[in-house]
Amino acid sequence: MQTVMQQVSVAQPSRPAPSAVPAARVASAGARGDLIFGGLARMATAFVLLVLAGIALATLIGGWPAFARFGASFVARTAWDPVQRDFGALVPIYGTIVTAVLSMLLAVPIAFGIAIFLTEVAPRPLAGPISAAIELLAGIPSIIYGMWGLFVFVPFMADWVDPWLAASLGRLPVLGALFSGPPLGLGMLTAGIILGVMVVPFVAAVMRDVFTLVPSALRESAFALGATRWEVVWHVVLPYTRTAVVGGIFLGLGRALGETMAVTFVLGNAHDFNLSLLAPSTSIAAAIANEFTEADSATYLSALIALGFILFVVTFIVLVFAKLLLLRLARQAGR
Amino acid sequence: MSAPRPLLRGRRKAVNALALGLASFATLLGLVVLVWILGTTLIHGAAALGPHLITQMTPPPGAAGGLANAIFGSTLLVLVAVLVGAPIGVLAGTHLAEYGRAGPFAELVRFVNDILLSAPSVVIGLFVYQIVVRPSGHFSGWAGAVALGFILLPVVVRTTDETMRLVPISLREATLALGAPKWRMITQVIYPAARVGILTGLLLGIARISGETAPLLFTALNNQYWSMDLGHPLANVPVVIFQFALSPYDSWHSLAWAGALLLTVFVLVVSVLARTLLRGRTN
Repeated sequence: MQTVMQQVSVAQPSRPAPSAVPAARVASAGARGDLIFGGLARMATAFVLLVLAGIALATLIGGWPAFARFGASFVARTAWDPVQRDFGALVPIYGTIVTAVLSMLLAVPIAFGIAIFLTEVAPRPLAGPISAAIELLAGIPSIIYGMWGLFVFVPFMADWVDPWLAASLGRLPVLGALFSGPPLGLGMLTAGIILGVMVVPFVAAVMRDVFTLVPSALRESAFALGATRWEVVWHVVLPYTRTAVVGGIFLGLGRALGETMAVTFVLGNAHDFNLSLLAPSTSIAAAIANEFTEADSATYLSALIALGFILFVVTFIVLVFAKLLLLRLARQAGR
Repeated sequence: MSAPRPLLRGRRKAVNALALGLASFATLLGLVVLVWILGTTLIHGAAALGPHLITQMTPPPGAAGGLANAIFGSTLLVLVAVLVGAPIGVLAGTHLAEYGRAGPFAELVRFVNDILLSAPSVVIGLFVYQIVVRPSGHFSGWAGAVALGFILLPVVVRTTDETMRLVPISLREATLALGAPKWRMITQVIYPAARVGILTGLLLGIARISGETAPLLFTALNNQYWSMDLGHPLANVPVVIFQFALSPYDSWHSLAWAGALLLTVFVLVVSVLARTLLRGRTN
């Protein structure tokens, strides 16, 4: 009885609870039902928290032997020798960061362009279908990107882009080291481009959504002052949505850091440290996917799980940052 | 913004045209890549289509074969993942929308759920390896289904929470005023009202997990033979695509393309269906 009254008042705090006296019998059965149902729902919610904590804990425990054996230098060494059981995470970490940064360099301007096109340029009847098409791009499974990358994009890079880069930028004094080596088509540049393509729809969707949150009074007054569409975007829309736009970019970065299949196909899985973006390399996710079933010693397996823990921690930080920024605009817009 | 002097006006117009032109070009680029990827999958996949795909097992290198065991295995994995993940997800979403609402605990769970939504699936695979595969001593279909369930969970939690919060408060007040207990209000009034949205979330989740490959590598692994046993390694389309595409054999490549086409068509049809449902509701 008491619980029913309490929960009624929780659901609608501003109103007095309806009298439950005529239905006393029903109410006691209802109270039991509420106890069971509410309890189940609460357990399910706690389970969500448990999953996140479980991921962190399980990968930490699984990776502990590697952390204990190699110490803090695990993240700073380039060795990766399954025979000698000597492992360092620097090459995959470097590969993860470089491919993710490359992908963002490509994805952010394109996503920004798409968001401007959808909110400012496209006529109404066109904006809907194009928006849906871009979202389709986000729906394609990442393994399809990987296959397309391996069979179509890698040969394209090897035949056209890599030789041209090596012949032009590769000749430069310092920068040249980034573009040296044989044109295999595999490597961090190819992986970065494919990741960029994958991330574009996520970032574009966030930007499009936050751009529509700008109060029309702000936009209209800028137009009334004679501003062009681009000036409205640059001087009114973008400053208003800045934190959320950065949040969307970090959301995309979180995706790019953890993406596995698309990069596994095109990175080449090489653990040798190489500055060149055109040389085969590896990333954390690609190393785990490629080598997990081949790991023949406990140390090897533990090193791979330790890589997973590092990846989880890094993406967790990036995603928390992204969400906090996005929440700020949501509050500002009064949602 | 500076005063519109005549000289500047021309430059500003040019900048505007250039910026909007680049924006249109970026959109075109996105569409071109979409067509390129889908077109490649369609051309290579259609060439490998045939009834053998659903009648024959995955072959050893060089031999002829199909994807029957992988298609069955994937269906089973997704089905079990939905049966495990969906009830928990709907219940958690219900708790957020009906019990927690704007409280700090609900806000924390929403935040954590959004992180889970974007968490790398490869790490979720490692997690399930640690809690299921390692204790049981071998790879299994159950482990694969659990991994997919963990990926499905946050999608269902979020959509359930969001659609249930859209149900008008007056419906709740009317039900409670009739003397119904809260759990009856939720199961008999709110769930039917939010049905379409919850179903949409499920479909989006299914579209998401059907193509997941990385977490299955350490859980369900693969199986060359027909198997209905979730207690052992289970063949599934994504891992078959992965292994066959990276092999040096042409016959395996063509099966990988066929699998890629089937997977892409399935995923896109399900997500378009989900979006159509969603649009029907908001209109």
